[in-house]
Amino acid sequence: MKTNLIRIGAALGAVLLAAPTMAQELTMWSWRQEDKAAYEGFIKSFEAANPGITVKFETFEATNYNTILSTALAGGTGPDLAMVRAYGGLENVASAGYLEPLSTETVPALSGFNPAALAAETMRSDGKVYAVPFASQTQFVIYNKAIFDANGLEEPQSWADLEALAQKLKDAGVIPFANGTATAWQNETVTFGLGSSLMTKGFYEDLMAGKADFTDERFTSALGAVAEVAAQYFPDGFIGLDYPSAQQLFSSGMAGMFVGGSYELANFKNQNPDIELGMFAAPGKTAEDEKLVALYFDGGYGVNAAGSNKEAAIKFVNYLASPEFGQAFANTLNNISTVPGVTFDNPLLAEVAELNQHSIPYLMLAHFRYGEPSGSVLIQGEMQKLFAGETTPEAIGETLTTGLAAWYEPFKK
Amino acid sequence: MPKLRMTGRGLWITALIVPPLAFVALFVVYPIISAFAYAFFDWQGLKRGAFVGLDNFHTVLFVEPYRSWTLNAFKNNIIVFFALMVLQNGLGFILAYALWRELPGARFHRIAVFLPVVLSTIIVAYLFKLFYHPLFGVVNITLRNVGLGWMAQPWLGQSGTALWSIIAAQAWHMVGFPTLVFLAGMQRIPGEILDAVRMETESEWVKISKIVWPLVAPSATIVFTLLFVGAFNWFELPYIMGGLDGSPFGSTDVLGLYFYRTAFGNVSAGQQDFGLGSALAVLIFLFIAVIASVITVRLRAREIQI
Repeated sequence: MKTNLIRIGAALGAVLLAAPTMAQELTMWSWRQEDKAAYEGFIKSFEAANPGITVKFETFEATNYNTILSTALAGGTGPDLAMVRAYGGLENVASAGYLEPLSTETVPALSGFNPAALAAETMRSDGKVYAVPFASQTQFVIYNKAIFDANGLEEPQSWADLEALAQKLKDAGVIPFANGTATAWQNETVTFGLGSSLMTKGFYEDLMAGKADFTDERFTSALGAVAEVAAQYFPDGFIGLDYPSAQQLFSSGMAGMFVGGSYELANFKNQNPDIELGMFAAPGKTAEDEKLVALYFDGGYGVNAAGSNKEAAIKFVNYLASPEFGQAFANTLNNISTVPGVTFDNPLLAEVAELNQHSIPYLMLAHFRYGEPSGSVLIQGEMQKLFAGETTPEAIGETLTTGLAAWYEPFKK
Repeated sequence: MPKLRMTGRGLWITALIVPPLAFVALFVVYPIISAFAYAFFDWQGLKRGAFVGLDNFHTVLFVEPYRSWTLNAFKNNIIVFFALMVLQNGLGFILAYALWRELPGARFHRIAVFLPVVLSTIIVAYLFKLFYHPLFGVVNITLRNVGLGWMAQPWLGQSGTALWSIIAAQAWHMVGFPTLVFLAGMQRIPGEILDAVRMETESEWVKISKIVWPLVAPSATIVFTLLFVGAFNWFELPYIMGGLDGSPFGSTDVLGLYFYRTAFGNVSAGQQDFGLGSALAVLIFLFIAVIASVITVRLRAREIQI
């Protein structure tokens, strides 16, 4: 049945794309339906500067986007340009050879990009960059300023501070954290949005250097601390609370804090235009510990290796890597553009950019989503078990390390 | 030798048969065969790699972590099947009997029982998700209001209650279907037989077990087989209420979700693997086809012709 649907989709797609294309007419695919108008605006300014090239922006349903895109690319009916995901999601498309490798020769602006952003769009096997990264997302704690002010609270400096302020909110009859963990991926968000500073940069570096694995005390004790805070300060029955309900608890002002990503900011503002948002990096154990947010990159703009208008497509990708586009992207879409030198008018974005100065990568997505079982699958399920009291942080460390050893070389014994 | 000539009638028949046949071949037979074929290859994204024989089947059945995922999903499907056999088909039979006996309010209930079946699965899923909401859900609020607050649960968040909560939603949604089929079967029972029974006994139990149940056997064959196929293809409700991962930690994972996740990936957690996904699809298909045939043949043999 599912294969059937995909087939019908592919057939329809093929019919749509069989329409004759002009020499310099580019198509670009995306999963960001909500951004269509904005992109059409960006495209207009590109077209004005590059007469003779037109770009058509088409969007597809987000959850099946990778499947739709790779099906079309495999069938030779793919677009000239496509938004592609990052990390493992990029490799899925790039490893089949569908994407054109980009270099500083074809896209000179890439040389100024943050190496971590480029790494997100690089395939590990050949070390080549396959897309121009477009945005970063940050996992941290978002709070309701009005609630904090009314209760005389300030951003916490240490883990004890965080617990104390959560207790104050609870005593005042406000739900401290809105989060629920019934939606699997929210477990990962909560774990690293709250726990990154506790895990410390040192742990991250040791992990990457192969000197530590997930049984490391810095990692497991962070999980324990997160679970304790969840048990006491998340809503009653939070293990049965799904993601949209949690968002509503926060945006309606029933809860003071929300552990989540920078992508939530615009969302909360839409749901409740009057809400005043603040954000902080969840603290480490002591006030002296570096406060870290978990940072990752969303995706990038790739070029179809088999496209018929590759030259024009490269031109467009160069535009997408330009400061002019980056600035327009940040201003219009309220996202943290990865283009170097972009400044943020929106005070919230400026604050996010500021917090990004102290970060570690959003661990499982950035490094452990390249094989099965992925680190994300494991941590999501294991944290749900921990929240339900069915496992211990130490056991999670073991499960992660042995589970990932199935494909992650440094863990193989 | 007679010449093979297309007569007008033959042409007409051909013209009627070929389009649907082509349609079925293209959208049913071809995908099934290609899924069989896909299962024997290694896949990089959507690019077909080397022929690997039975490796994919071996992986999903015997290699960790796939082995425990497969077993867990399969176990949950079995629970779903037996639970729905009781809650959906069993209750359906009782409801049908009550409606058939025209108890007071039968007219109203005939419609009321069938109404949820008409609702879209999506609506039912979201509705029940709201019912089970830990803070504002009707279930927990009702329990608290009648003094049973200690029974209030995060229904969809606990491994012990999540699957059963979804099964309950499914049973509520579909109970009208077996009811309708059983009721139709009961209404076909000839009046003379019933009159004859009435002469012998007043016992409802004897009537049900000796007359009604054997005579609605064809209906039972239909609903049992459909329930079996439905339970092992279960997807929509757990997908919406538990999520693609069978949250929490696989408690609501069923073969349908597991297959989808494996073949098409999961944006927020894992990667796609078409080969393993196809192998799973083939195994699920074979399992359903074989067992459903056995059920049908066995139950057919039990049916009585009047």
